[in-house]
Amino acid sequence: MAQSNNDVHHIVEFPILMKTALALFGLTFLTMIAFWAHSYLGPLGPIVAFLIAGVKAALVMMYFMGLKYDSLMNRFIFALGFFFLLLLFAISALDIWTRVPVANTL
Amino acid sequence: MSTVNSHEHHYAHHFKNADHEFVTSKQGIWLFMVTEILMFGGLFVAFFIYHAMYPEMFAEGAKQLDWRMGFTNTLVLIFSSFTMALGIHYIQKGDARKATWNLSATILCGAIFMVIKYFEYTHKFHLGFFPGKYLDVARVGAEHANLGLYFGFYYCMTGLHGIHVLTGMSLIVWVLFRHLRGDFNPHYYTPVEGVGIFWHIVDLVWIFLFPLLYLVG
Repeated sequence: MAQSNNDVHHIVEFPILMKTALALFGLTFLTMIAFWAHSYLGPLGPIVAFLIAGVKAALVMMYFMGLKYDSLMNRFIFALGFFFLLLLFAISALDIWTRVPVANTL
Repeated sequence: MSTVNSHEHHYAHHFKNADHEFVTSKQGIWLFMVTEILMFGGLFVAFFIYHAMYPEMFAEGAKQLDWRMGFTNTLVLIFSSFTMALGIHYIQKGDARKATWNLSATILCGAIFMVIKYFEYTHKFHLGFFPGKYLDVARVGAEHANLGLYFGFYYCMTGLHGIHVLTGMSLIVWVLFRHLRGDFNPHYYTPVEGVGIFWHIVDLVWIFLFPLLYLVG
């Protein structure tokens, strides 16, 4: 909790916010280009779309939500959410894809 | 309270100082954001698993959605996140007028998003694309008898997101009202900061919902 006063009220400067917004708009258009080119990309299409979404999410978190300038504790707390989400996905997927098919279980 | 300047914020007595109160409030918001990630995350995990089990059916569902609507809404929400960040920026800089304009623009963008969503939903209802067993397989000419599953996900995920947009808009109206009343200044703007983080997570969820529902399908 002990932080210097100036750090607590960090002001994200206008050019940084503007560049973030422009990058987000650009990446949205890039998502559409990847979608239209999906006959060329094949199975890579969805991966490309989610990679772009990941970059967009990182930009929003760093500059709009200000996590880049936030305390280590807050960054850790937010990262913890994604960690538990990954855990939920991993364990659910393990369960679904390691089941032995059994007929007439009911 | 009556004798002090209305712009002066008094931190609660159990905090060491105003910064301590600010940092603690913000940490509470981040903990709340973790619960938001896990709430939407559960739906995302379910979507991924069912999508892997029935890829053709999900592809049929995604084809029914109009990407132009989702694309426009993505741009609207990104712009609203930008104006929200600017709203906080100008309050921090002490420019009340610009902060008012930016907070108002954010509410307007939220409204535009919901209007587009309304048109999308009513169009789907009109065609018979209802969730689960209510989807009229014969009327919509569905190739997959369980296409209602896809629309169950569609309405749950976009519906929960829509509720968040409405909640976020209400909260921004609240902070805008308090801002106009003169409650905030460069030294005290905690509610605006918290509402801002909430609004950005609404944008964050949509960034993943758009390719998931409209494109990849």
